[in-house]
Amino acid sequence: MDSTVASTGTEGKTWGGGNKPLKASYGKMMMWFFIVSDALTFSGFLAAYGFSRFKFINEWPIADEVFTHVPFLHGQELPMIYVAFMTFILIMSSVTMVLAVDAGHHMNKAKVTIYMFLTIIGGAIFVGSQAWEWATFIQGDYGAVQTNGGNILQFGEYVTVDGEEKFKRVSIDDIAIAQESDRVDHERKNGLWFVDEGTLPPYTVDEIYAGLQANENVLVRNQFLDENGHKTVLSRAESLKQIKENGKLVVKGANLRVNEYGTTLFADFFFFITGFHGFHVLSGVVINIIIFFNVVLGTYERRGSYEMVEKVGLYWHFVDLVWVFVFTFFYLV
Amino acid sequence: MAHEHKLEIFRGLWKFKSNTQKIWGVLAFLTFVTAIEVVLGIYKPEVFMHTWMDPFEGGGFFATLGNIIFSPIVYMKPLNLIFILLTIVKAYYITWDFMHMRDEVGSLRKMVVWTSVFLICYLIFILLQEGGYVFNVYNNENALIKHDF
Repeated sequence: MDSTVASTGTEGKTWGGGNKPLKASYGKMMMWFFIVSDALTFSGFLAAYGFSRFKFINEWPIADEVFTHVPFLHGQELPMIYVAFMTFILIMSSVTMVLAVDAGHHMNKAKVTIYMFLTIIGGAIFVGSQAWEWATFIQGDYGAVQTNGGNILQFGEYVTVDGEEKFKRVSIDDIAIAQESDRVDHERKNGLWFVDEGTLPPYTVDEIYAGLQANENVLVRNQFLDENGHKTVLSRAESLKQIKENGKLVVKGANLRVNEYGTTLFADFFFFITGFHGFHVLSGVVINIIIFFNVVLGTYERRGSYEMVEKVGLYWHFVDLVWVFVFTFFYLV
Repeated sequence: MAHEHKLEIFRGLWKFKSNTQKIWGVLAFLTFVTAIEVVLGIYKPEVFMHTWMDPFEGGGFFATLGNIIFSPIVYMKPLNLIFILLTIVKAYYITWDFMHMRDEVGSLRKMVVWTSVFLICYLIFILLQEGGYVFNVYNNENALIKHDF
């Protein structure tokens, strides 16, 4: 080689090449740079969420009223509990991951195998929980009426709990009164041939209005915050007037077009950001499974280094890190 | 590959005998922080629900400057400020101890952290500022957009 490469006489000096100023391998450094760019992507999404929230600061749903469900505990309002559990699961799987990395440093194949396996289980529980969270959110809770202007009107009544008067939400299923109505189904042969009808809401606005008339104590709540930071509850007369004049569509649950909890953008951002994060978790689980099998097959044992586990670990911790922020900005703030 | 770990957190207040022990210690701390967040989120103490300081009035240079400097307590509910600070604390310990940032050389650490912190702060400032402005356009006295129907 000496004959083809000019010797500069600077080998071993600072600028002589072959120096590793960051003392990290190529793969690990590139994983860090990927994480930086991915962090910027996520903060772009979260900042966009902040933008829309500041723009519709009054109509934004209160997260405590949206995410109140816990599996197997039907009909109880337990805000935060399930997300806190999900957060704990993800932090826990981060711990097993870092224990796997540590065992890798000691070249302990058995321990790396066990900890990688536990990490995969933790990730799977998290993804499953998120799917459940989505399903509950999509299915909806109490239902609402959307107005011509896109505002959401919800129903409830004042009840006294422990001597304190509280506004308790009422489901549209409990007040709606079924009515006869003539409605021709839209089919391709009698309407626009290139348009399908799509799913119809469970009730018509007239049925809700009839129900509201019959239930004297039920009131309408709109999305605007009063000076105490609560949503405004309308008077009885105003409630009837709002539904009669402005009610346009009965909404149950949430999707990309309508959202019974408040402004539609909330649902859009929820699906997009938690979806993007969930996709990261899913791909993390898949990568972890690949690495797990490599560990079992002894690939890294033969290679003499478990650095691959460390690199995947970095990605996995990053997913946990992002969730910490998503948790704060979607559920707490 | 570096096998040595720095085995103390909270600036040496809490020392560990092995890396495994440190991991469990950090887990305990992160769980504790999350528990505080959840308890605060469920009970929402009344003290933290209103801003502790009103914005400086007048609109002059010093009033504006004061509002910018004190913006976290002027414009934000203390509860939300606490949540954000605790989140950053959690992010710090995940990055420093789980991702072993503590054991990396300073230049790698600064390359990753300063770049993201600077760009993210800029992004958040621009977007939140604009969001507040658009809200104002929709909601001031002579707004042309009617949305109460």
